[in-house]
Amino acid sequence: MKLDSKIPEGPLAQKWTNAKFNYKLVNPANKRRYSVIVVGSGLAGGAAAATLGELGYNVKCFCYQDSPRRAHSIAAQGGINAAKNYQNDGDSIFRLFYDTIKGGDFRSREANVYRLAEVSVDIIDQCVASGVPFAREYGGMLANRSFGGAQVSRTFYARGQTGQQLLLGAYQSLSRQIALGQVKMYNRHEMLDVVKVDGVAKGIITRNMVTGKIDRWAADVVVLATGGYSTVYFLSTNAAGCNVTAAWRAHKRGAGFANPCFTQIHPTCIPQEGEHQSKLTLMSESLRNDGRVWVPKKAEDCAKNPNDIPEDARDYFLERKYPSFGNLAPRDISSRAAKEVCDEGRGVGAAIAGVRRGVYLDFADSIKRLGKNVIAERYGNLFDMYENITGENAYERPMRIYPAPHYTMGGLWVDYNLMTTVPGLFAAGEANYSDHGANRLGASALMQGLADGYFVLPYTISNYLATIPLGQAGKIDPNGPDFEEAENNVRSMTDKMMSIKGKTSPRSVHIELGKIMWDNCGMARSKESLTDAIARIGQLRERFWNDVCIPGEADNINIELERAGRVADHLEFAELMCYDALDRDESCGGHFRLEHQTEDGEAVRHDDQYGHVSVWEFNGVGKAPVKHIEPLEYENVQLGVRSYK
Amino acid sequence: MSAKTLNLTLRVWRQKKPEAAGQFVTYKIDKISPDSSFLEMMDLLNEQLIEQGDEPVAFDHDCREGICGMCSMTINGVPHGKNRLQTTCQLHMRSFSDGDTITIEPFRAKPFPVMRDLVVDRTPLDSIIQSGGYITQRVGSAEDANAVPISKTIADKAMDAAACIGCGACVAVCPNASAMLFTSAKMSQLNMLPQGKPEKDRRALHMVQAMDDNGFGNCTNIGECEAACPVGISLDFIAMMNRDYAVAKVKKIFSGAA
Amino acid sequence: MTSLGKKYIMAVTGLILVGFVIGHMLGNLQMFLHPDWMNAYAYKLQNLPYGLLWIVRLGLLAAVVAHIVTAVLLVLENKRARPQGYSVNATLQASFASKTMRYTGLILIAFIVFHILHFTVRATHADVTAAYYALTPIAGVATMHGSADMAGKLVPDVFSMVAVGFSAQFWYVSVFYIIAMALLFLHLSHGISSMFQSLGLRNKTWRLRLDRAALIIAIALFIGFASIPAVSLLGLLPYQEMVNTGVTVPTALTQP
Repeated sequence: MKLDSKIPEGPLAQKWTNAKFNYKLVNPANKRRYSVIVVGSGLAGGAAAATLGELGYNVKCFCYQDSPRRAHSIAAQGGINAAKNYQNDGDSIFRLFYDTIKGGDFRSREANVYRLAEVSVDIIDQCVASGVPFAREYGGMLANRSFGGAQVSRTFYARGQTGQQLLLGAYQSLSRQIALGQVKMYNRHEMLDVVKVDGVAKGIITRNMVTGKIDRWAADVVVLATGGYSTVYFLSTNAAGCNVTAAWRAHKRGAGFANPCFTQIHPTCIPQEGEHQSKLTLMSESLRNDGRVWVPKKAEDCAKNPNDIPEDARDYFLERKYPSFGNLAPRDISSRAAKEVCDEGRGVGAAIAGVRRGVYLDFADSIKRLGKNVIAERYGNLFDMYENITGENAYERPMRIYPAPHYTMGGLWVDYNLMTTVPGLFAAGEANYSDHGANRLGASALMQGLADGYFVLPYTISNYLATIPLGQAGKIDPNGPDFEEAENNVRSMTDKMMSIKGKTSPRSVHIELGKIMWDNCGMARSKESLTDAIARIGQLRERFWNDVCIPGEADNINIELERAGRVADHLEFAELMCYDALDRDESCGGHFRLEHQTEDGEAVRHDDQYGHVSVWEFNGVGKAPVKHIEPLEYENVQLGVRSYK
Repeated sequence: MSAKTLNLTLRVWRQKKPEAAGQFVTYKIDKISPDSSFLEMMDLLNEQLIEQGDEPVAFDHDCREGICGMCSMTINGVPHGKNRLQTTCQLHMRSFSDGDTITIEPFRAKPFPVMRDLVVDRTPLDSIIQSGGYITQRVGSAEDANAVPISKTIADKAMDAAACIGCGACVAVCPNASAMLFTSAKMSQLNMLPQGKPEKDRRALHMVQAMDDNGFGNCTNIGECEAACPVGISLDFIAMMNRDYAVAKVKKIFSGAA
Repeated sequence: MTSLGKKYIMAVTGLILVGFVIGHMLGNLQMFLHPDWMNAYAYKLQNLPYGLLWIVRLGLLAAVVAHIVTAVLLVLENKRARPQGYSVNATLQASFASKTMRYTGLILIAFIVFHILHFTVRATHADVTAAYYALTPIAGVATMHGSADMAGKLVPDVFSMVAVGFSAQFWYVSVFYIIAMALLFLHLSHGISSMFQSLGLRNKTWRLRLDRAALIIAIALFIGFASIPAVSLLGLLPYQEMVNTGVTVPTALTQP
């Protein structure tokens, strides 16, 4: 596996400009001869499909939902960052770049992150022009808020539904291209394999989730914008349908997987209530702007009504440990602090397996200071959501929150052009590992998705397509042997799963896998826990393949077949995640190894040994993967210890 | 966090294929936590069915936090259930009582054919958006985001309309299966904003046409859609659509173009 | 025609018809005044210049027909759009009136036909016809439409015709009228506000106001219209003693 990051020449601020100038172009009249497959219709995929269609390419877009508008980007609440400096508070492209690099604990590639910061300003312009109703001030100008550990106000937002509005903006552009015939949309299609012809990605295999039909699709280039893999934990803030299948099957076809152990555990989620639970719900991080996080000082107070616990019996642990950032400390740090106090037995709420996992997020002081109306105006929808789910009124009783798996920084390795190690196969958005290092800052996921989709892929894909001779454009034969082999591969996996007819439901296996991962490869990891996890995942996988039960037929809507396929991939992928976590013998961002911490529990990085991207090559199921390294070079920032004290 | 659990009787619509006849099948399900969501209850029902060797009930769902619009289901005659401003995934079992019988049907409308059990095809909503629910604008052509000020009132109102999650509950609850609330929400959002003004008339004419062509019914101004909408989209937007369409139509009659 | 086109027709014709019924009711309320008011008013309406009477009648007929035809088309389309209903029915916020427009409308059509036969064509009851043709001289009471200048003129006795038509002997007619007016009340309590919605002239603030206005207008129309058969039925018209029952009619009279 060759890792050529293809970082352009020139000083940091000139790299993207230079790259764009040096990219090859496709003549406008010839664009329609080239075909593009985009898998996924979220911010990255939807925006890429719309933009590539607009440029004149022949685009096919696939999603597993019933409409491209359902992609899980829609659930992002807080906002999107952009270095507009509309607030005159000292923001700049370089500052956004620096914050993102630092927030990522110095594990991302400088050139990519700088480009992200650079195009962030264009994203806001683009979104406003496409009708996104961002929040505004009375004078008609765009409003901003500070968000997720940033010292400047650079976050643009549309109430608590920013992701929804941005996604719908992209969806609308996509819809326009669909109407024009530039993009053909395939809903309820799940990608099950990537097809390589002579080592180059030239198509995909899908299952029509309504009829069960297995289809072959050929194209000159394939883009995966298929999101992250938090559902490996079963309980996460991801949609129930989110899965690692597309990325994993691309990985099995040779795409290197980068830093899979970098997962983000989001601090402000509603705690688990019971064994019945199917997902965890995120509450926007913006709540921490006005809420104070605490637990009782003494474990015996934990079952009490929080309003009866006097001030001096409360431990405002974030304020205590990180006085300068307080309740606004970054996600990884806040999450870990919450876990710590719960591990000490000072958690609150329902006890699951004997441990109360929850901390209070208390608005009483803010309500006293600002009035209930102001709080309701700022967070009313979140308080309502909280009440919907828990049945508790957070105006009167502190909210209970607990960290939950949310975003995955790891993903398919890509070069500067967002191409994976498989030529012709691109990965965008959360599906790639590119921009967030070991920890993602708030309001950056939307930024990256749209940057990749609107402003990066259209250039880099044109550049790639320009290398394909015109005579070969759009002429891939879906009846060739490689397509046949890939289709058979998909069919045999389906047949195999269907034929087991055992006793174990796919959901129960997923729940069990989730527990293994959460306990052993979650917020705190160690050599023992990871080694143990790898062994147990192998056993669970074996049980799945011997005893899974999928009722019904494959040629109809079959929700258990869909689930089983995804669980099967998670069962393989989870192992890779643990191998990576085991290999990365340092604490870094979202990856916390118990062996590497300071006396007061802060993460300790080892830049000399692990200042690189770990890229894994598939080596067969159940076999240790092969590690490759992309060294990270920092020319523009000083590596420092991330301190939020 | 209450310790009491619920024992329920479920009448669920089962239909194997789009062309197959469907019927209600009654299931008993016990020990449901009031803290579980409606969809989690359905998950448990499916686990029970798998254990019994039956086929699970197919239903649409995805984000399970009330924003993607994928979950559907008509619960006791009301799309997304009786609670206001809630999707099915946000409906929790504490809204029911021990011993209840719950009837679960798919969304019913001609343009939403049942595909299996509780799964319906809502792609006609996509085709309404494709007909004009966008702003024609090239990536890269945008001016600075603050170049055109938009008053807070307009921005807020556009956001009220833009909040639509496209779940189709408005269609499902309407005795006429009208998609006017859905169509008007997108049309009003874009027609209100300065960026959407240049193609306002065209948008109005095309979206209404697409709505009709897809077989949705007419609005009788009874307001059930507004009440069933999980995000509270107001009937006002239908009035705005009616006005925008009338203006566009009159302009078209006199100028001949749109 | 598009769905919205049909809605505009419903609204515009509805508006015309509401305007008509308001005028009609105000005219009818003259039953509570001296018979000169009603008789001179009716005479003038019947004798409008330039054939205006028929122009208005045809206009109203066109409005009614368009309202009905469009309504039928809408109902059929709506049925097609929702071929299968739910096994459990629930209503969230729709008013009873709004859900029964098609039924109240249907009964109102029957009422309109009867009403025209009853008082315009006068083909239902001989006594009504007789009262109409018992010409009565205008007494010369000063009225808004200036009957003083018509003093002594012989005109059809519309006042008596109505009083007889609603008298106790035809109690079922009065009852039918009152029921029909109750249905009109229902129809308009939704319809009046609804037509502003259809024409796009309503928003959240005005919805409340228009809903109230619709209710007030619909109640006023009900009281105004229903009061006449009700009071006539009880024989309590202020000028009850001036009702000519038509028993002494000269038989050879022709319509003026």
